[in-house]
Amino acid sequence: MASRAQRMPKSLRIASTFFVILWFILAAFPFAWTVWGSFKVELDFFSISDWTNGLTGERTKSVYGSAFTGTGYEGAWIQEEFWRNVLNTGIVCFFVVTISLTVGTLGGYALSRSTHNYTFWLLITALIFRAMPPITLVAGYLLPFFEWNVWGILPTTIIVLVAINQPFTLWMLHSFFKNIPQELDESAKVDGCNQFQAFRRVIIPVMWPGVITTGLFSFLLAYNDFAVSAMLLSESNRTMVPAIAAFLGTTQTEGNVMFAVAAVVSATVPLFILVMFFQRQIVGGLTAGAVKG
Amino acid sequence: MRHKTFFWFFLPTGLAMLLFIALPIVSVVTQSIFAPHEAVLVEVENCTPLVGCTTETSIDQEATRLLRDAKPLGRFVGLDIYFDRGHLAIAELKEIWATSESWGGFWDKLSNLPLYRALAFTLTFTFVVTPLTLVLGLVIALAINSLHRHLKGLMIFFSLLPMIVTPLIGSMILFWMIDSRGILGSALIGLSGDPDLSLKASTGLMWISLMVYGLWHASPFAFVVFYAGLQTLPSDQLEASQIDGATRWQQVKYVIVPHLMPLVTFVALIQLMDNFKVFEPVVGFSAQAHAQSLSWFIFNDLGGETRQLSSASATSVITIIGVAILLSPVLVRTWRDFKGAR
Repeated sequence: MASRAQRMPKSLRIASTFFVILWFILAAFPFAWTVWGSFKVELDFFSISDWTNGLTGERTKSVYGSAFTGTGYEGAWIQEEFWRNVLNTGIVCFFVVTISLTVGTLGGYALSRSTHNYTFWLLITALIFRAMPPITLVAGYLLPFFEWNVWGILPTTIIVLVAINQPFTLWMLHSFFKNIPQELDESAKVDGCNQFQAFRRVIIPVMWPGVITTGLFSFLLAYNDFAVSAMLLSESNRTMVPAIAAFLGTTQTEGNVMFAVAAVVSATVPLFILVMFFQRQIVGGLTAGAVKG
Repeated sequence: MRHKTFFWFFLPTGLAMLLFIALPIVSVVTQSIFAPHEAVLVEVENCTPLVGCTTETSIDQEATRLLRDAKPLGRFVGLDIYFDRGHLAIAELKEIWATSESWGGFWDKLSNLPLYRALAFTLTFTFVVTPLTLVLGLVIALAINSLHRHLKGLMIFFSLLPMIVTPLIGSMILFWMIDSRGILGSALIGLSGDPDLSLKASTGLMWISLMVYGLWHASPFAFVVFYAGLQTLPSDQLEASQIDGATRWQQVKYVIVPHLMPLVTFVALIQLMDNFKVFEPVVGFSAQAHAQSLSWFIFNDLGGETRQLSSASATSVITIIGVAILLSPVLVRTWRDFKGAR
C-alpha cells in the first residue's frame, strides 16, 4: 500500500519495530509465563532465591525428578473438583448464548424494521441499561430470589445473565439487521408472507454472520462474568470464575496456590481457542458499533 | 411494521429487561430508603424475695415477627442511609469542613470516609486509565499498521488476548507476576535495590499497579477500533499533506487523528463507562486494604454472612447516578441525531 513517499525513515522504522516487540511481550508474556509456571511447584513459580528457577524448575526437579509436574492440575481438577465448575460454566454459557440470541434476534429485528418513535426510546433505554454496572442490580435480586427459593441454582443465573445481556445483543443485532435491505422482506410480504414468515424464510437464512458475532460476545459475557455469578450461585453450583476467586481465599493459607494457577490456565485455554478461530468476527464485532458511530 | 407485530416480536426481550433490569432498579431504590426493622425489646422485671428486683431486656420474638410481617419493607428512613457515615457522611463532612484549615487537611480527613475513598479511587482510575488507553491504543495501531501484512494478523491475535481474557483471571495473572516473589516483583526489587519493596504494602504502588492492569486490559480495544479506522484512511489526503511538506508527526496530528476523531469519542465513552465499573482487579489484586472501588463496595456489602442490602442499595443508587452523569453527553448527542434524522 505504501508509496515511495510513505516509506519510513530508518530511525522511525527501528523505533516502531521496537515498540511492536515491546507490546508483543507485554501482551503475550504474562500468559506464556503463567502457562509455563503452572507445571512447576510453588517454590519455583514464586521463587525467593533466584527467578531463573521459574524457567528451569530446580525445585520441581528435586521433588518430582522432572522439570514439569501436573500436580497443580491434579489438585485443582481432582482434589478440588474443578471439573464441576467447568461443567457449570459450560451449561451456563450454552443456555445464555442460545436464549439471548433467540430472544435478541426477534427483538433486534423488530427494532430495525419498525419506523415508529418508540423504537428510539427503547434503544436509548437499552443503552442506559448497558451502561449500568450489573452489580448494582444484585441487591434487587436477592430478596425475591430468597423468597421464591430460587437463589443459588443455575437456571436463575442463566435468566439473569440473559437479561443483563439483552441491551448489548439488541444494539448489535439491530445494526446488523439494518444492513440487510428492507426490500428483501418487503418483497416476501408482497408474495403473501406475513411478517413472521418473512422473517423465517427470508431473514433467517442471511442473518448468520451477524448472529455468530453477537453470539461470541454473549458467550464472553457469560464466561467472564464474576460479580453476578458469585452473588447468585451457591457454593455447589459455582461456575469457573467465582470458583477461582474462592481458590484465592482458601488456597493461600494451605500453600496450594498452584491449584489456582492451574485453574486459571485451564480457564484461559478456551478463550485462546476462541480467539484463534473467531479473530475476524471478534474484530468485526468490536468495530461494527464504532465505525457506524 | 404494525404495532401489534412489533409487540409480539419485542415481547420476550422486553419482558426479560423489564423483570430483571427495570424492576430490580425500582427494588434497589426502595431498599435504599428502608432499613430492616430493629428487634422489639421488652423489659422484664424479675423479682425474687430477699434478692430484690432486676430488670432484663430481651427480644420480643413474637412482636418482632409480627412487625416484620406487617411491614416487610422495613421501616422508612428516607435518605438516612445515604447520609450515614458509610455513605455520603453528611454530618462528618460538615465537621471536617468546619475544622480543617487547609485543603490538604480537608482531603486527608475526607479520605478516611469509606465512600469518598472508594469514589476517589474509582474516579482517579477512570480519568487516568481512559486517556492513557486512547494514546497507547493509537500508538499500537500506528505501529502495527506499518508492519508487513503477514505479521499483522499474528500481532492482532496476541493483542486481543489481554482484552478477551476474563478480567479476574487477567488481574490474577499480573498479580502473581508482581508478587515480591514473582518475576516482575523480584525484578523491581533488583532494580531498586530495596529488598523490602512490595507493591502490596504501599497504597500508591498498588494504585499504579491497578491502573497498569487497567491499561493492559483496555488498550487492545482502542487498538482494534483505531486500526480498523486506519484502514479507511484515504491515502490521497496523506499524499497531499506530504506534498505540502508535512512531517510525519504533522501528518499524524493533522490528518490521521482528525480522521479517527469520531472513533476516539466512541472509545473514550465506552472506556469511561467500563472503567467506572472497575471491580475485578481489586479482587484479583487483593487490594481491598489500599484501593476500593464503588462496585467493590457494593460487592462487599452483599457478600458474607450479613447481607447488608440497604447499604448496598444506597451505594448502587449512587453508582447509577454516577454512570448517568458520565453518560449524559452521549444521550444528548443521540437525541440530537434522532431529531436531525427525522
